[in-house]
Amino acid sequence: MLTNVSFSLSAGGILVLRGANGAGKSTLLRALAGLTPLAAGVLKWDGEDALHDLPSHAKRIAWLGHLDAVKPALTAAEHVPLAALAPVGLTAYANLPARLLSAGQKRRLAIARVAASGKPLWLLDEPTTGLDAASLTRFSALCESHRQGGGMIIASTHTPLELNGVSVLSL
Amino acid sequence: MKTLILRELKLSLRHGADTTASLLFFIIAGTLFPFALGPGPTTLAAIAAGIVWVCALLAALLPLDRLFGADFEDGTLDLLLLSGLPAYGVAFAKMVIHWLTTGLPLLLIAAPLAIMLRMPAARVPLLLLTLLPGTMLLSLLGTLAAAITLGARRAAVLMPLITLPLMIPALIFGAAAVTSPHPAAALYMLAAMLCAALPLAPLGAGAALKAAAE
Repeated sequence: MLTNVSFSLSAGGILVLRGANGAGKSTLLRALAGLTPLAAGVLKWDGEDALHDLPSHAKRIAWLGHLDAVKPALTAAEHVPLAALAPVGLTAYANLPARLLSAGQKRRLAIARVAASGKPLWLLDEPTTGLDAASLTRFSALCESHRQGGGMIIASTHTPLELNGVSVLSL
Repeated sequence: MKTLILRELKLSLRHGADTTASLLFFIIAGTLFPFALGPGPTTLAAIAAGIVWVCALLAALLPLDRLFGADFEDGTLDLLLLSGLPAYGVAFAKMVIHWLTTGLPLLLIAAPLAIMLRMPAARVPLLLLTLLPGTMLLSLLGTLAAAITLGARRAAVLMPLITLPLMIPALIFGAAAVTSPHPAAALYMLAAMLCAALPLAPLGAGAALKAAAE
């Protein structure tokens, strides 16, 4: 149960959720996405109740959950446009079935899907799980590029991110 | 929705085991009846429609536990619910996929099975005419049951317990239409059931999907 959580985020803002295991970071992200209904309170987008029309709200959100949502039978290029694989370093694996990718590569593929979505708000639940140092750098670059383009990111992560304009919400 | 259906079709083609298993089950189960009842053409012809209907019903249940189960386990269900489609739209797309990958193939191989079971050739088109709405109903009600049992323990056991009783009226009218000298009334009943399930089943399945995702 999460209570007394209040924050606002402007275009180009990044909010990192911190807290112990079970503190409610994932629950908050799911509530922001509209996947878990709010028992009380309101989520506003441009001053209007964002969760009133869930399909419209969904069009603003790029979601990366705990699970990668990668289909083993599809190739990397069938998950995302080919151009989206380069920023996560997966171009060489474009035609490989996803079942042959490592856990870190699947995570990078899931990140590529978020980056290719073109949606303004990224909701990322532990996005850096399984990423090596080089992939972390690529991920930070993608986040920075999204931020500079006026996008917003809300992420729960225990990994320190070298990004500008990050605010932290402790749960 | 079209994108979702095409993607799911691609996945089904790559993962053809579900469709193949359903078809093999349909053929093998239908083939068992002559062994148990004897090959007498009169006996078999009298019950051929019922056999084909029951076998199709059971065969269509087989892939249902993976219809949402795989998406639930790998996190794709969240993405589907955030795709911008309403939850009932996602459920309807899955129903279409189930029919295209299971119902339609069953319909296509029902005729050879019926002929093997000594059904008079003149009755085979009527059988297929009843199976057309019948398999669609199966996809609608089966998908509803799959969504309701999503995430439940022993979902594969619960699903037939929900779907089979709901299919009994369709089974009665479907099999009766083939053997009756006046099949129109039974066909109208099947069409009416399909018309009722078409809006209601996706709505129910959509609500169940949202509940499972919470």
